[in-house]
Formats: sequence, structure tokens, C-alpha cells
Amino acid sequence: MTGVATMTEPLLEVEGVDKSFPGVRALHDMRLELRSGEVLALVGENGAGKSTLMKLLSGIHTADTGRFRLGGEPFEATSPRHALELGISIIHQEFNLVPHLTVAQNVFIGREPRRGRLLLDERRLNADAAALLERLHLPLDPKAVVGELTVANQQMVEIAKALSYEPRVLIMDEPTAALNEAEVETLHELIRRFVRPGTGAIYISHRMEEIKRIADRVTVIRDGEYIDTLDMAGASTPEIIALMVGRAIDTDAKPEGVRADRDVVLSVEGLSTKALLKDVSFDLREGEILGFAGLMGAGRTEVGRALVGADRIDGGTITLRGKRIRVANPAEAARHGIGYLSEDRKRFGLLLEQDVRANIALGALRDQFTRAGFVRDRAAREKAREYVGTLRIKTPSLEQTAKHLSGGNQQKVVIAKWLAKDCDVLVFDEPTRGIDVGAKEEIYQLLNELAAQGKSIIMISSELPEILRMSHRVVVMSEGRVTRVLDAAEAGQENIMHYATLRPDENPADAAELGIEVGKAGQP
Amino acid sequence: MTAVKAPARDRAQASGGIAAAVKGRLQQLLAFASLIVIFAFFSFASPFFFSYGNFTAILFSTVVIGTLAIGTTFVIIAGGIDLSIGTGMALCAVMSGVFLVHLGLPLWLGVPAAVLFGGLMGLVNGINVALLKIPPFIATLAMMLVAEGLALVLSDSTPIYFNDVPGYTDISTGNLIPGVNFPNAVLVLLAIALIAGVLLTKSVLGRYTYSIGSNEEATSLSGIDVRKWKIAIYAFAGLFIGLAGVMISARLGSAQPATGMGYELQAIAAVVIGGTSLSGGKGSIVGTLIGALIISVLNNGLQIMSIPQEWQNVILGCVILVAVYTDRIRKKETT
Repeated sequence: MTGVATMTEPLLEVEGVDKSFPGVRALHDMRLELRSGEVLALVGENGAGKSTLMKLLSGIHTADTGRFRLGGEPFEATSPRHALELGISIIHQEFNLVPHLTVAQNVFIGREPRRGRLLLDERRLNADAAALLERLHLPLDPKAVVGELTVANQQMVEIAKALSYEPRVLIMDEPTAALNEAEVETLHELIRRFVRPGTGAIYISHRMEEIKRIADRVTVIRDGEYIDTLDMAGASTPEIIALMVGRAIDTDAKPEGVRADRDVVLSVEGLSTKALLKDVSFDLREGEILGFAGLMGAGRTEVGRALVGADRIDGGTITLRGKRIRVANPAEAARHGIGYLSEDRKRFGLLLEQDVRANIALGALRDQFTRAGFVRDRAAREKAREYVGTLRIKTPSLEQTAKHLSGGNQQKVVIAKWLAKDCDVLVFDEPTRGIDVGAKEEIYQLLNELAAQGKSIIMISSELPEILRMSHRVVVMSEGRVTRVLDAAEAGQENIMHYATLRPDENPADAAELGIEVGKAGQP
Repeated sequence: MTAVKAPARDRAQASGGIAAAVKGRLQQLLAFASLIVIFAFFSFASPFFFSYGNFTAILFSTVVIGTLAIGTTFVIIAGGIDLSIGTGMALCAVMSGVFLVHLGLPLWLGVPAAVLFGGLMGLVNGINVALLKIPPFIATLAMMLVAEGLALVLSDSTPIYFNDVPGYTDISTGNLIPGVNFPNAVLVLLAIALIAGVLLTKSVLGRYTYSIGSNEEATSLSGIDVRKWKIAIYAFAGLFIGLAGVMISARLGSAQPATGMGYELQAIAAVVIGGTSLSGGKGSIVGTLIGALIISVLNNGLQIMSIPQEWQNVILGCVILVAVYTDRIRKKETT
């Protein structure tokens, strides 16, 4: 690669890339072309494969098959360091800074100027960092400890670090998730200054208006496959969203009418947490499945966690059947009959090394299955057998270890645990994550049966088809707030996406306050 | 507007003068203040405590725990733990005996060999932790047992005496500075503390020690070979095990194969009292030295006041709880 690269010359090319993880095909025949001098937006739903693609480019994973070319030369990044050496800098979605070190120490980590072989040249380190920050117009103190910065400023440190490698390709995964409007503009300024002939940037984001402002073209991927690339100038937001969601909707399977006539079981009013949630209000009716939709980080999971007292609530009220309740921890929530089924069953839902019987009996152990402190094994076994029957749990015996069950049957065991505890409000977080297609149907059927029996269900899901198929009503969230509640009849992929990408307007004072609070919460 | 305002706030936070400096070093200052308070208490409580002779005695008794604690400070800041330092020290003492007494090596060769043997043990710990991915607690627990057994096997379960190795005990009890009663062991401790302090704060090894302990994932993603550095950190800490073995056997004039057990907990206690976080990323050599001194002063003072040995551990245990609890409160306040 000699001579000046022109605007349309391909800088980074990805062709025919496949990547599978045990049981999951993450990418299939993936394609991507970043041209010299452009900002390319990469969009797709949660789980479309964006992060996997980034991990291949940054050398964290290696592709099963496929070709990568940088400036026309084939390459394959084998480690994060290798990717950096090749000229690919990536800012990952999760912060990758060392909180106890200073700004300068973080920016030049792994490349510290030294005096001799062993000793660090701290003065030069700080001087280099100061010069870099000056050049990037970032008003940060090189000696400030990163863990004490606001999240927005931590993001700026990440960017300074990425740009300090003088990369040819800068890739950013949701870089503005924690930024307010002014900070987003600062970031976009930096990107515009960085992109010139010979360099390019890939900008992953869900926020359509941001993409429209910064990107030259947009590539859409879905279900691990390449869909299309559009020129930003000629593309409309509905067009892009339609490409993102793509799938034909199974309209037949929509739930029957809204349960407007049923009693309100749970009423949440103005729920707020320091970290994220702002003024979240909704009602849950008897026999209703209330879907919670939103993009990653919108606060869906946090609502569920706050509701059962797993996270601290800093404002708002929860009313259960007309009585105000306080839930300080999940045990209290369970006493009120609210059960939480975590998205991560293996970590938070099951005793993996224990058998089916022990798992089902765990929650209600003290209420129902003990006498004078000793476990009444027979009672526990009978109850477990009952649920294995009614929930159709496929297990060779009650003594089967939970970890050896399939994902779907594990989920059923968790459901049985809460039912045994007499819970009638069930909060499902990603009820079918990691469950294969056939078993998904069974879980759906089970949820419908539970609702028909009068249980009230909150179903948090990142899968829009699942939300549409199951929910009587859909609560759409964006950035910690409820942006819309849709009835089943009016809910569709497009309007859910619209409300999920809506930026709730914040006045600047609010934003600053939020910034500080988030920054503090991020401290170790 | 906010983009401009926010950094100003961060800057104020980072370099807000004395207040910020005090806040950042609070745990260390607290430890130091406790040391002064305990010191003052014993000075008033016992007429025998406040004397030059007793001060040097306190410092002298700090040497072994201090040496072990300094090495293990690196491991703990890197987010690990090393339980093998106590019995490892006994094994290194025995190895010193094997090299100098059994094999008859000269001092200049035998002593470094014993120190390097400690480094070798650390290297094995590092490999087990970094390459075989055995949790540090388990890997070093296993090494603790291996070292304990080996020390007994290699010495036939009997002490090895250094009577015929001229100059060996001088390493600990001799006086390098003529005419002043200041044992060499204390000089050794101060010297290695200085070296370790410089390495921890000013060297690449130290920087990656903090970095790995603070956020291993981020460190790895920044292109640093975390496995290599972890091995280096354990091996480096191992050198202090070897040195402690030399120091304790030089003090006693013999290698006692069964004396190591329990030292590891005292050393870890010193590190923790000194403000190093067991979850990694934070700590200092100065803090560790203060922690080791607190333990020595407590032991010495309680002994002088004729408080039974049994009670000394009760009090030490309480000191650890108070030290870690204050650290916790401080963290909570900033979060």
C-alpha cells in the first residue's frame, strides 16, 4: 500500500466469514467493506452478530472460515496486541480500562516509556499523554485516576487510548451509550478529525439519529448474516429498521385480547434507581403477560431486579393488590409471592450440582418441606414429582443433576421452584435464552398456561418476535425510562424499535446529575 | 457545556490538594495512626517499652514477617494469594542448610541459591495459577503442603545447624555499622522494602501488578501477556520466601523444618492491615511495612505487659477486623 488512498478504495474487507460457538452459529457468510476515508455504521438487533464480528477483528476469537483484508493485504488477527499492531483499534462495549491507574497510565498501558529495561519513565508518560490529550482537544488531567472519572470521561479516555495507537481502522461498539448530547457531539468531532484518506471508522450503534449524523454508509446484519449496505444520504430510518428486524412476523400466534377487565395485581409508580431507572411506572393485571422490550442497557433487566429487591430502589412505590409493599431483598419479594427468573439460569437460577428434587424444593424448603429443622424428603419428592408431571419436565429421575438437563427443562425446574413457593407474580428475564427452538415453543405454551391459571407474568426479552408473540401488552424502554406502553394489537416490530431508539429528552441539569451518579456507581 | 464542566470536576477530584491526597491514602494513614496510638499506649503502660533496645528488638522481630509480607504484597495486589510462603520459608531455610552445611557451598553461592530456590517455588506457583488456571488459593495451598513435607524429608525431620558455617548468623545478628547496635537483619529488611517499593511504583513489573489486579480483562485486551506477567509476579514474590528462609535460619543459627506454618497468615494479616485490598488493584509496600510493625509492636508490647501469649492472637484478630472494616467503610463512602 503506497500512494494516497482515495475515498472509494476498500480499507477493511471481510468476506465469507463463519464463526460457530458450541451449539450456536454466530456468523454465517458475513461480509463487510469499510472504505478509506469513511465512517461506516453497523446496525443489527441484539444478538445479530455485531460483537462477534468485532471480536474476530480484534483477535479475541478466530474465525472458522473466511478472509480479512486490510488495505488489500490479507490478515488474521491472532491476539488483541496483534490487531493493534496491524492498525485496528477497537473500543469495546464494556469499559476496558484499569480503574486504579491514571489516565496516562491507561492510555499507554503495554507501551510505557521506560528508563532502561525495568524502570518506567513516568514523567515522559505524563508528558506524552498530555500532548495526546491536547492534540485531541480532550480536557482531561493525565494524572487523574480513571476510576474516579465520570463515565463520559472514561469513554473519552478509551478513545484517546484507541487513537494513540494511530490506527488505520477505528471500531467503536456503542460508544455513546453513556454520553449525553454534548458529549456525543465531542465524540463525533473526534471521529470526524480522525477519518481521512487512508483511515476509516466503524460505528456500531442503535441510535438512528446519531448514525445519520456521523455515518457515510450503513451496513445491516441480522441473525449472523449480512443483509445490505445503504448510502446514508438516501436511506430512511424506517427502511433501516425494516432491514434490521426483517423476519416475517408470526401474526397468528398473537395473544388474545388485552386483560383490561382483570384486576391490577401489581402497580409500580415512579420507580427509580441511582444507576439507571428513571420514573418507571406500569400496571400488571391478573393473568396478563406484560412484555418488556428495549435495547441492551435500556433498563429492562434492571426493572426486574429492582422489583424483587436485587437492586436498591431509590424512589417510587410498588403496590401489590392495593397494599404498598417494600422489597429490600429477593427473600422479601418471594414472601410477597413475587418470583424472579434470571436470564442467567446457571448462575442465578439453579443449583447446578444438585438434583431436580433439591432445586424444586429449595425456595419453599422452610415453609413446606421441613419439620423441626429437618428436611422432609418425602414431601419434597412428592411435590417435585407433581411439578415434573404438570410442567412436563423431561428428566430420567428426580435425582438427576440439574446441570445434565437441557436448557428448556432447566428453565422448567426454575419455574417449578417458584410455583412450589406459591408465587403468583413471575418475573421472567429472557425466558428462552439458550433454549433451542423446539423447547422454546414448550416454554411459550407453559407461560400461556400459567397466565390462563391467573398468574401474572412480566416477561423481559431482547427478542422482538418473542415479545410480540407472547405479550398482552408491551412496555417499551429506552435509557432507563418507559417510552411507551403498547397493546398487543398495536405492537409491531417497527413501532417497538421506534420507541426503543427514542432518546428520552433530558434537560442538561438532569444529564449532568445522571453523569455524576453513573460515574460514582462505576467505581470499584 | 457539560462536556467542559465535567472534566473540571474530575480534575478537582484528582488534584484537590491535601484533601484528595489524604483521601487516597486514608487507609495507610489510618494504619500509621494506629501504629502511633498503639506505640504511645505501650509507652505509657509499661516502663520497659520505650527504649532503644526495645525498638531494635521490635524491628528485629519484624524482619521475617516483613520480608514475607513484602513479597506477598505483589501477589495480593495482582489479585492473587500465596498460602505457601510460611512452609515455603521453612523449606528454603532447609535448602540453605543443604547448600551450606551438607554440600559445603561457600556463603556467596549458598545464600543466593537458597533465595533463588524460593523464586523457583514462586515460579511453580505462577505456572499453576497462570497456565494451568488453578485458583491461587488452591494452587498455593497445595504448594504449602508440598513445601512442608519436603522440608521434613530433606532434613530428616531434624534441625540443620549452621555452627560450622562461619559468618552465617552475622547475616541476621551482626552489626554492619561498627559500634552501633543495629542488627543487619533490620538493614536487610529496609533495603528490600526500598527496592520492592521502587519496583512496585516505578517499574513495568509493578505497573502490571496493579493493572492485572485492577482489571485483568482490560489488561489482556490492551495487548499485555497477562499469563507471563502473573508467572513473573509469583516468581518475584518467591524470592522473598527464599530470603525469609535465610533470615530466619540465620537468626536461629539453625534451619527448623517444622516452623513455617502460620507465618503465611501473619504475613497476609500484615498486608491487609497495611491497606492492600484482597480483591487486588490497590496497596503499597509502606502500608505493608506499617502493618508488619503493628503486629510486632502488639506482640512485643503485650509480652512486656505480661499478657499471656494466647491473648495476643485474640487481639491481633480483632485488629485485622477493625483494619479491614474501616477500609470497607471508606470504600462505601466513595461508591
